[in-house]
Amino acid sequence: MKARVHVMLKNGVLDPQGEAVRHALGALGFDGVNGVRQGKVIELDLADGTSEADVTQMCEKLLANTVIESYSVEIG
Amino acid sequence: MRAAVVVFPGSNCDRDLAVAFKAAGADVEMVWHKDSDLPQDIDIVGIPGGFSYGDYLRCGAIAAQSPIVKSVKAHADRGGYVMGICNGFQVLTETGLLPGALLRNAGLKYICKTVGLKVETSASDYTAGYNAGDVIDIPIAHHDGNYFADDETLKRLQGDDRVAFTYTDNPNGAQADIAGILSENRRVLGMMPHPERAADAGHGGTDGAALFRALSGALQTA
Repeated sequence: MKARVHVMLKNGVLDPQGEAVRHALGALGFDGVNGVRQGKVIELDLADGTSEADVTQMCEKLLANTVIESYSVEIG
Repeated sequence: MRAAVVVFPGSNCDRDLAVAFKAAGADVEMVWHKDSDLPQDIDIVGIPGGFSYGDYLRCGAIAAQSPIVKSVKAHADRGGYVMGICNGFQVLTETGLLPGALLRNAGLKYICKTVGLKVETSASDYTAGYNAGDVIDIPIAHHDGNYFADDETLKRLQGDDRVAFTYTDNPNGAQADIAGILSENRRVLGMMPHPERAADAGHGGTDGAALFRALSGALQTA
């Protein structure tokens, strides 16, 4: 089974990389990009039967730093 | 003073830190990241700068899960001293020994230069060799040194006099200009600047040496 974990900086935490991407898009002539937030996607290849609760534990313990990041899990 | 310096794959300030500890009179043992126990009777553990485990995932995140760091946490929980510099500070926030997190520099660039640091408190065994309000010159060399904590945590740090150093001219966007903080018991210090790189006349500055001397004095009599 597969799981996909999305990790994003929390709202209110400055994302300088996202800001730089927003500026670059503006420089390319893409008007109207009001904001860019950059995160990461982590794909997990898991043994069958791994529970969503296990994946949540992985996020809490390692994959996300919950001081600054939020995460969501997609199974399958 | 007996000091242990942790060496991760990718650490690159470990020897500098050991030299600074030795110059202040410490016996120093280097400890490999796969070791599960610290040497006996260690007073202070130094977590050096560098790029532990390539800083994969997040700076310090993998190191925070390493076998030796479990022992470092236990050492801190027993009231032992731990000092994390640069990547070491990132490791300490990832372990939860210190609050907050280090984000990418606001200007996105890696910054390597000597900066002014204001000593915010002399009430710790790390900063007792300075007077509160002193401005010292210490090098920084980081890409992710932008200190972040929520408002409540910031208030707590400031209210409890746990901000050790602030930047006189904030280089990285750190909240409240924070360059280094102390734990609640004031025995764990995390700081982005490198006092070990300003501890010998050959470095071009010696403002960091007082930190190691103060520590050595405090731990000699302990």
